[in-house]
Amino acid sequence: MNQTKMTIRDLNLWYGDFQALHGMDLEIPENEVTAFIGPSGCGKSTFIKTLNRMNDLVQGCRIEGNVQLDGENIYSHRYDVNNLRKRVGMVFQQPNPFPKSIYDNIAYGPRTHGIRDKQQLDQIVEESLKKAAIWDEVKDHLDRNALSISGGQQQRICIARALAIQPEVLLMDEPTSALDPISTAKIEELVTQLKEDYTIVMVTHNMQQASRVSDKTAFFLNGYIVEHGDTRKIFTNPEHEQTENYISGRFG
Amino acid sequence: MNPKKVDKAAIAVLYVLAALIVLILASLLAFILIRGIPQFSWEFFTQPAKTFEEGGGIIIQLFNSFYMLLITLLISTPVALGAAIYLSEYAPQNALTDFIRTAIEVLSSLPSIVVGLFGYLIFVIQWGFGFSILSGSLALMIFNLPLLTRTIEDALRAIPGAQREAGLALGLSRWETVTRIVLPAAMPGILTGVILSAGRIFGEAAALIYTAGQSAPALDFTNWNPRSISSPLNIMRPAETLAVHIWKVNSEGIMPDGAEISAGASAILILAVLLFNLLARYLGRKLQQKLTSA
Repeated sequence: MNQTKMTIRDLNLWYGDFQALHGMDLEIPENEVTAFIGPSGCGKSTFIKTLNRMNDLVQGCRIEGNVQLDGENIYSHRYDVNNLRKRVGMVFQQPNPFPKSIYDNIAYGPRTHGIRDKQQLDQIVEESLKKAAIWDEVKDHLDRNALSISGGQQQRICIARALAIQPEVLLMDEPTSALDPISTAKIEELVTQLKEDYTIVMVTHNMQQASRVSDKTAFFLNGYIVEHGDTRKIFTNPEHEQTENYISGRFG
Repeated sequence: MNPKKVDKAAIAVLYVLAALIVLILASLLAFILIRGIPQFSWEFFTQPAKTFEEGGGIIIQLFNSFYMLLITLLISTPVALGAAIYLSEYAPQNALTDFIRTAIEVLSSLPSIVVGLFGYLIFVIQWGFGFSILSGSLALMIFNLPLLTRTIEDALRAIPGAQREAGLALGLSRWETVTRIVLPAAMPGILTGVILSAGRIFGEAAALIYTAGQSAPALDFTNWNPRSISSPLNIMRPAETLAVHIWKVNSEGIMPDGAEISAGASAILILAVLLFNLLARYLGRKLQQKLTSA
């Protein structure tokens, strides 16, 4: 059993008058993949965004409760949000590279955070692209615009961009839902490699994906976490009927 | 009639209406250029205007127009940019921002002569700037701000939210996200907006008659001391622009070749505005290509 990286305690979230998350409790273990599954609109994406405070900018969004990263409450007033997001990186559903060269996309974060040395940047770019398993495909044209490569490659560029600022946790919000099966397989393989160095949290619509790549799974329904635990247990012997119904494809 | 025929008839009507717009523009352009271009000559572009005799040129008015345009853009672009960034990136959706938007819309529908008279009372009289390039530029700023703010805001809004999320998720602050991601990506649209507004400023007359004045004192193009009254750079001197000159020659000009001068000046004015429009499109497209191409 790995150490706990993030702890969520009694987290409630409202959009205006609508309560989207109800009393969430969850531990996210270090160097493992935690998958969130559940039907559309159940709060998976909303929940993953509370882990790096991406909901802060949503108008009318109110959060109560406690999210801890290494034991520190990230919603405390003293907590530095920008620093939080350096430690907890994020990859989105739609690949969203900047309209710049591949190199500049990866170098963007480090540069903004003050690294100017060309050699050091070169090294970060190469390492990040290698970690994201796309170095061999793009190493000969790093000056190409990142928008000109395929969607699957763009998504791996986005992963490399997130890795370049050396996060500890990587949040992935349905990272393969806009990709073809081959690109999806590559990303899944990548995720299982990345967990050696990072803690990974992943939202997915695809239950096979969750069962293939994750160590822990949490099942969401209507803004509640119905059940969470070892992926193998959730998929073979769930405790709740709703979980079983969802996993066996009876709804959702 | 069956739907297919109605469809065809509708397309035909729309086609004719679109063609009508092009026709109006083309005939206006043709009329002005055919009358104006024959007046072009070396003297026309290099001589100052003459009040009583034939053969006056437009050099001073032409210079004034460009200089006033430059000063106006220098004043209004930062203001419009700031307002647009606030409205697009920071402003919450509430009664206050609704009010600001309404204010901008009302401002944009003010008749320019009213803006001119307001500028006369405030800048020329109250603030004591007199008939000057500065007064004129401030009046033009009022005239220009609403539309410029609007176009810049639209350009910023056109940048997908996913780009902002990408920046924030990398640990950039909101301000860093705006200045380093959103602004550069919106640059083609912003540039197009600024140049298009330049066309409007260049052709404006009514707002300037009572602010920048209707006289063009002789300029010494070798005198670059901005505080000297005969220096082209002095922003406190009265400065009749090309558009005002056309209006003045037509309404009270007593030179014998008034009709020719106004035709030539109109042609130059139209060509400049046309140039601004083409330039805006060209630069906008070039920049967009640079941002998105391989």
